[in-house]
Amino acid sequence: MRTIDNPRPAGGSLLTDPRARAWLFQILAVITVVAFGWYLFHNTQTNLAHRGITSGFGFLENAAGFGISQHLIDYSESDTYGRVFWVGLLNTLLVSVIGIFLATVMGFILGVGRLSSNWLIRQLATLYIEIFRNIPPLLLIFFVYFAVISPLPGPRNSLSLWDAVFVNNRGVQMPAPSAADGFWSFWLALLVALVAVVLLNRWARARRHATGQMFPVFWTSLGLFLAIPWLMTFIAGVPFTWEVPELQRFNIRGGWVVIPELVSIVVALSVYTAAFIGETVRSGIQSVSYGQTEAAASLGLRPGQVLRLVIVPQALRVIVPPLTSQYLNLAKNSSLAAAIGYPDMVSLFAGTVLNQTGQAIETMAITMSVYLAISISISLLMNWYNKRIALIER
Amino acid sequence: MIRVKSTLAALGAASLLGISGLAQAGATLDAVQKKGFVQCGISDGLPGFSYADAKGQYLGIDVDVCRAVAAAVFGDASKVKYSPLTAKERFTALQSGEVDMLSRNTTWTSSRDAAMGLNFTGVTYYDGQGFLVNKELGVKSAKELDGATVCIQAGTTTELNLSDYFRANNLKYTPITYDTSDESAKSLESGRCDVLTSDQSQLYAQRIKLAKPDDYVVLPEVISKEPLGPAVRQGDEEWFDIVRWTLFAMLNAEELGITSANVEEKAKSTKNPDVARLLGVEGEYGKDLKLPKDWAVQIVKQVGNYGEIFDRNVGAGSELKIERGLNALWNNGGVQYAPPVR
Repeated sequence: MRTIDNPRPAGGSLLTDPRARAWLFQILAVITVVAFGWYLFHNTQTNLAHRGITSGFGFLENAAGFGISQHLIDYSESDTYGRVFWVGLLNTLLVSVIGIFLATVMGFILGVGRLSSNWLIRQLATLYIEIFRNIPPLLLIFFVYFAVISPLPGPRNSLSLWDAVFVNNRGVQMPAPSAADGFWSFWLALLVALVAVVLLNRWARARRHATGQMFPVFWTSLGLFLAIPWLMTFIAGVPFTWEVPELQRFNIRGGWVVIPELVSIVVALSVYTAAFIGETVRSGIQSVSYGQTEAAASLGLRPGQVLRLVIVPQALRVIVPPLTSQYLNLAKNSSLAAAIGYPDMVSLFAGTVLNQTGQAIETMAITMSVYLAISISISLLMNWYNKRIALIER
Repeated sequence: MIRVKSTLAALGAASLLGISGLAQAGATLDAVQKKGFVQCGISDGLPGFSYADAKGQYLGIDVDVCRAVAAAVFGDASKVKYSPLTAKERFTALQSGEVDMLSRNTTWTSSRDAAMGLNFTGVTYYDGQGFLVNKELGVKSAKELDGATVCIQAGTTTELNLSDYFRANNLKYTPITYDTSDESAKSLESGRCDVLTSDQSQLYAQRIKLAKPDDYVVLPEVISKEPLGPAVRQGDEEWFDIVRWTLFAMLNAEELGITSANVEEKAKSTKNPDVARLLGVEGEYGKDLKLPKDWAVQIVKQVGNYGEIFDRNVGAGSELKIERGLNALWNNGGVQYAPPVR
């Protein structure tokens, strides 16, 4: 029996068979791509060896021997380049995470402000967006660093808050907590508060669905979060003692320090990205038909509730996909931190380590894969969230 | 089908290009002669070593080394094109062939010489790392710097020496790392850091660029050996020899009393065999190096001997007024010494 998908005429060669030919070309294409890739790799290897340039990833085991101004994990000069990698990665993630959080909050406020019925708020939000959307982020970073933070007084003339928090051109120094008697019971109390809040929320939602009555969930939760740990300190003692920063010969030492480079990059990037998120949020809200607002109002919801319960959940479906690209932009723009000496991935690893070891190809490959990994993680996370909030048609 | 063909053609072309990219002895001189100039990597603005004056012309010791190589190869010191490079960019620029030589106050170390595919051709300036601080702090010695914030340039040996020195003396510090020396100087001025550390010659150079140079003082400690010199790619001995002997010619010229003013006259009338050999009157020493006969004459006439270059750029005849010190000739109390031409 002849089938339609095998139209090979009897006695025809394999070359005239379209299916065989298709396979042949596929295989040839794969071979070419693999061969080209192998050729590039081999060529690089040969040339590096020929020019006496060390290659391979062995350098990651070597001692780095230089200091780093900000490290979230323990680091000293005798640690390895591999450790420097993690320090740089965490510093990059720190900027991205704080930046994304701040940009989102500011962006939502701006987006809602753009549509406010108050003329002044509307104009201010528009002005903000039009200004910051149109300035290159690198200039914003320089502006914050050189024009806002540099002119602050030096450590000896710091602006201080109750002699505990100091602001100067070396950053913000604040007391750091260290564990005391009530440390564990404090965390226990927080856990209890958390469970209580979750239960309260469930109960309130169930009651709302059943009876339509609203319960002030937010304020009660906040109260619980503050009251339970606070009461616990009377029983078990204070959870923390505070290490207060003190002025020494050169610097204010002790406590936590937020370095000005971090402040500059986070402020500049969130201010910049917030302008874009603001527009995204505005378009998202406008995509929800005005009839929804009127319908919600006619059901007796207050304006805040209309926004929170009716408009935003529907607008999110339009907002989330472009929001993802803004998050990706922010994460990638964080590499501009290198310009002001913030020890991020680019400045530390693709900068200092590259230069000290001279292994450009390896360090650049590692750095690029890190940004790729960060970006893909953000995308996956946002896609998952997008799916979760997508309209479920019944 | 047409698309497949053109892709294959592109691949073929790419592989040919890749093969011709291999380095080999003699390739650099041939390429330099063919394009008609020396592409020289210099620093991104450092008075005395390499910086652009008001007319946009590059000046400095490092620049003069590039000009001397051009004078030796072409008999014309102006046949140089400059690539200002940051400390971070410099090695990659040389490795990838973007520049023919690096003359950029770069410290000669074993790992750079052996693992990075570079060869250092000599030492143009014997330097050491020091500290520049604001007088207001009342610091007299580097040992008092416990707890200080220190500005450094990224990717330098200074970054490593700094940490060695503070660890050895059990002192704490916070490093702030910038890409360019200008940025670190600006941060010292704004008070972001207490101390600027770099090679001493650089500190003097950066000090005169500050708004109030007199408010700042260079501490007495020198914490490292920093022999600064030109570097070329490994694997091209011919080019290596040319760059190396250009510097030696300038040192020998100073030792033999040959200056830019008297070089032509000496070349005509000398009775001294050392001078005659260096200036190409006797023997074929230029030809050995694949250079013209009068290579050393051109270097000294157009650029000067080592002493002249030093004085003009960083010494008594310049704003920096740095003493010869280690950089005096060996018979004058220093360590600058060149093998003989013969």
